[in-house]
Amino acid sequence: MSATVASQETVLRVHGLGKRYGARQALSDLSFSACAGELVAVIGPNGAGKTTLLSILAGVQAPSVGSVSRPAGEVGWVPQQSALYSKLSVVENLRLFARLEKVPDVDAVVMRMLDQTGLADRGGERVERLSGGNRQRVNVALGLLADPPVILLDEPSSSLDPAQRERLWLLVQGLAGQGTSVVFSTHIVAEAARYAGRVLVLDQGRLLFDGAPAELVRVGGGGDFERAFVSFLRDRSER
Amino acid sequence: MRWLLVKDLLILRRSRLLVALLIVYPVAIALLIGFAISRSPSKPRVAVVDRTPPGETITLGGTRIGLAEYTDRLFSQVHVVRVPTRSAAASKVASGDVLAAIVIPSDIVSKISSGINQAHVEVIYNGDALQQSFVRSTIDSTLAQANLALSQQIKSVAVRDIDLLLRGGPLGVLGSTQNIVGLSHIAPALTGIAGRQPQGADRATLVRVAGFAAFAARNLGIAKDVLTTVSQPIAVNSTLLRGKRTPLDTYAVVVAVSISLMFICVLLAAGGIALEREEHTIARLVRGVGGALVTRTGLLAEKALLAAGCAFVVAFAMLLGVSAFVSLDLSRIGLWVVALVFAALGFAALGIAIGALAREVRAASLLAFLLSLPLAFLALVPSGSVARGLYDVIGAVSFVFPYKAALQALDAAVNGASPGLGAAVAHLLGATLLFAALARLGLRRAE
Repeated sequence: MSATVASQETVLRVHGLGKRYGARQALSDLSFSACAGELVAVIGPNGAGKTTLLSILAGVQAPSVGSVSRPAGEVGWVPQQSALYSKLSVVENLRLFARLEKVPDVDAVVMRMLDQTGLADRGGERVERLSGGNRQRVNVALGLLADPPVILLDEPSSSLDPAQRERLWLLVQGLAGQGTSVVFSTHIVAEAARYAGRVLVLDQGRLLFDGAPAELVRVGGGGDFERAFVSFLRDRSER
Repeated sequence: MRWLLVKDLLILRRSRLLVALLIVYPVAIALLIGFAISRSPSKPRVAVVDRTPPGETITLGGTRIGLAEYTDRLFSQVHVVRVPTRSAAASKVASGDVLAAIVIPSDIVSKISSGINQAHVEVIYNGDALQQSFVRSTIDSTLAQANLALSQQIKSVAVRDIDLLLRGGPLGVLGSTQNIVGLSHIAPALTGIAGRQPQGADRATLVRVAGFAAFAARNLGIAKDVLTTVSQPIAVNSTLLRGKRTPLDTYAVVVAVSISLMFICVLLAAGGIALEREEHTIARLVRGVGGALVTRTGLLAEKALLAAGCAFVVAFAMLLGVSAFVSLDLSRIGLWVVALVFAALGFAALGIAIGALAREVRAASLLAFLLSLPLAFLALVPSGSVARGLYDVIGAVSFVFPYKAALQALDAAVNGASPGLGAAVAHLLGATLLFAALARLGLRRAE
């Protein structure tokens, strides 16, 4: 179902990645890569390590072991909780981060982001007065400000209604279509099946599966994607 | 950092209630504390039952002293509520209308005049332990002052009579005035007479009497000095070992300004960092791919500078404003600036450390208040007012936090008090570095 076709140029490479918090091993020996224009979904049960993985890829956290090689430019990051100044308006937030990102033409970038996220008519409104869905759109816009070659989205659709989700995925697919590599985590596994070209299944910090959604359905015993995913996880945990 | 500063100023401008509270509340607290320090307590209401007849005088050695001299002195320290009887006074004390009652008995004059019996006044008081302590100390000190005034009057009468006895002079006896010979003139007169007498028993007797008169005159002279010593055995000569004597008013100004500076600075700095945590923006700002938008140290420095700058402006304006009412030495204004800048940096460092510990603005504000207020009170505890061990603990706590050093710096800058400004500034610099390091560590752990 994925609308994008990835090129063969690898823009993100992860090798032997591990993260430990005290006695707890959050991630163990993860290796994978992502190509330009590829849409990669990271799925798994709660506590699997999805957010930890994305925050390491974003550079927010350092890995305990292993390496991450990123493109020379900026990696866009959209955290799970919207990271915005609620006392500022949408435009003021975008303008502030555009200036901090040192983008060449701040006003043009802000206008483009407002258009892309469909917030042009809400630009002057303070973020504290926006709905959860619109906040998330601003959050996504901030991640895209520097027009990065790789964008990391941590559960981007969790606070959106179905129409807003549809709109978000259209935007994300558009980005991938322009060659941006998109890595996103989600607990709505149907979204992974619908939009991702590749799926990474994490459980207890380990990478259990790396392949196309159709391949996961096959390995999981057929049926729909969600059932196959649950069956796959159960099967792995019984081994 | 410039854009972050602009952003924070914009947020502050949109939080007018918060800013107003941030300025009004600490200034109000500071002024209250300042007033409490600089103003002596008001006169307590005391009921007085004066049973002495009007115009009563104490007669000492033929000299009369008005009792009003004594009672005026006695009542000068209290707000007098005159009542006719002891029972009326007691009921006023019991109802709480007055804090205490003093009953002056009718025989007070005869007892003082007797020179043998000690006169008594009765004090009736009530209230809780604090009131009792306050009333007792006020009445005791008032009675002591009145007794001192009376004994000085008695002394001056006695000294005048001794002088008359020694040097001679006019003395009124039974309605007529006689010129008496002073004791100091008797010995030389007798010695002269004795010298003109032939040898014999009479001459020897005269020489012996002259010797006694000389001895009596010498010892009566000493008696004058003894009376002065007994009437006021210890007089106070005060010597200040270090620094300059600071008037209570200007010290209160320093306390008020330092408290305002502390509250504004700590609250703003703590709130600024906590707001970034509450909005989840720190990770976005400091993430390391392709270069951080702002470093953690830069972020902390921005909040500290913003808080220190705002607090400096308010505190400096306060000092200038107060100088219109209290005499402050404006030639020291450069030193004010130095003290305020370093004090503000110390408080800002404490604030960002608190902000790095708290997850949200409300928690940071609460923590800032809970920490700042006791620190201010601890720093104001004077030595000798609590047990030595406790004072050492208080001193150690006050040393670690920047308030006491800030108070000393401002006192040195405004009043020239000791320890000097240099020592206080060095102390503040140490505290600033310590809390900045703690803030950096806290921010790292928070992520």
